[in-house]
Amino acid sequence: MHGFTMYIMAFLVGGFICFIGQLLMDLTKLTPAHVMTILVVAGAILDGLGLYDPLIKIAGAGATVPITSFGNSLVHGALIESQRDGIIGIITGIFEVTSAGISAAIVFGFLASLVFRARG
Amino acid sequence: MLCGQQTWQFPSRPRVLGTGTIVGEKEGQGPLGDRFDLVVTDPYVGQNSFEKAERKLMEEAQKTAVQKAGLTIEEISMVISGDLLAQNITSHFAARTQGRPLLNVFSACATSMQAVAIGAQLVDTGYASNVLAAVSSHNSSAERAFRYPTEYGAQKPPTAHCTVTGAGAVVIGKGSTGPVITYATLGKVIDLGIDNPWEMGAAMAPAAADTLVRHFLDTGRKPQDYDLIATGDLARVGHPMARHLLKEQGYELGERFTDCGILMYDETQSEVFSGGSGPACAACVTFGYLLLGLMEKRYRRILVVATGALLSPVSSQQKDTIPCIAHAVAFERDGE
Repeated sequence: MHGFTMYIMAFLVGGFICFIGQLLMDLTKLTPAHVMTILVVAGAILDGLGLYDPLIKIAGAGATVPITSFGNSLVHGALIESQRDGIIGIITGIFEVTSAGISAAIVFGFLASLVFRARG
Repeated sequence: MLCGQQTWQFPSRPRVLGTGTIVGEKEGQGPLGDRFDLVVTDPYVGQNSFEKAERKLMEEAQKTAVQKAGLTIEEISMVISGDLLAQNITSHFAARTQGRPLLNVFSACATSMQAVAIGAQLVDTGYASNVLAAVSSHNSSAERAFRYPTEYGAQKPPTAHCTVTGAGAVVIGKGSTGPVITYATLGKVIDLGIDNPWEMGAAMAPAAADTLVRHFLDTGRKPQDYDLIATGDLARVGHPMARHLLKEQGYELGERFTDCGILMYDETQSEVFSGGSGPACAACVTFGYLLLGLMEKRYRRILVVATGALLSPVSSQQKDTIPCIAHAVAFERDGE
């Protein structure tokens, strides 16, 4: 899918995922950490069922930017490595695709904490 | 002396001899901003943590109150103070430099009137000549103790409160000028089963109504006997509930019924949610603004019902309900 339709779908799918997140925030007593975890797990389950890749094909950044894509990436790496290395691959593969994101979060989080402090 | 079931009457007419109020930037930008003794714009107040900043606020408010009372700290028989942090570190650590006896008190956001009530009683009975009563809260230290640190970036619903950054102190003693403290009605703990820490206004409203009704029954006074009746920090969600509960019991409070949490901020200020909360809310509004109203003859007699939600971070995590309490103190102008 290209061009204008892609933008529309990115807008709709990305917006819908955020809409689910906002509903969970407003209608339940879940903490932000719970809501994030639910979205990550949902992305992981969708990928396990083979549904997240088609969603990325349709919606592009609308599906890759929300945190659900992190769940998708966790499962993706585990599936790929398990095909290559068997059961050990599930363990080694989980952070295969996501390692860049996790390392960046740690490193930049550390650097930011050296420079900034909370403004209240 | 005991008057009715839960009310102390102070026949020797102890007075508020001096007040000290200090608030943060957001409170300074509110409608009462120019009524406070000092507005600090640095959330750290020159310290390296929010907890130390709160301590600084407490110390400064206490100093100001003693100064304005025309006394020295040596003339204070006893300090009564309280705050929101665990083990009341603000009160205890601030007292390190004073060298005066300390009574620490806690009833969350109702601590201000608890401290004033005990202070007035000690002065009235002659167990103290001058009492310094003070409370504090800091938005950022309270957020990280009770909810989420600011860095976490959690969303809050519109029913939430904004914990007031500030400290309020009064010197209570016997003198010839200053608002007279005539009655204090001590509240019962009431818990109607609300367990959502974002709904503290609703949780505290029944406690406020209960203490007010008890005050009217114990003293024989009616709402009309007061020019102003202010709850502590029910804010825009809880205050109408308290009004409704009182109406159900036959008390029509009308225009004189207000709330320190509503008075503290303008509705249009960002991130104030339903209004202010924290011990400093009722304290700063009462000591900085309402008592001034008595001296400036805007009011003759006022009643402040500070409201406290007695939850702890642990009780919240264990999903327990929120017990609440409200303490009322009546302040009056001389000769009334």
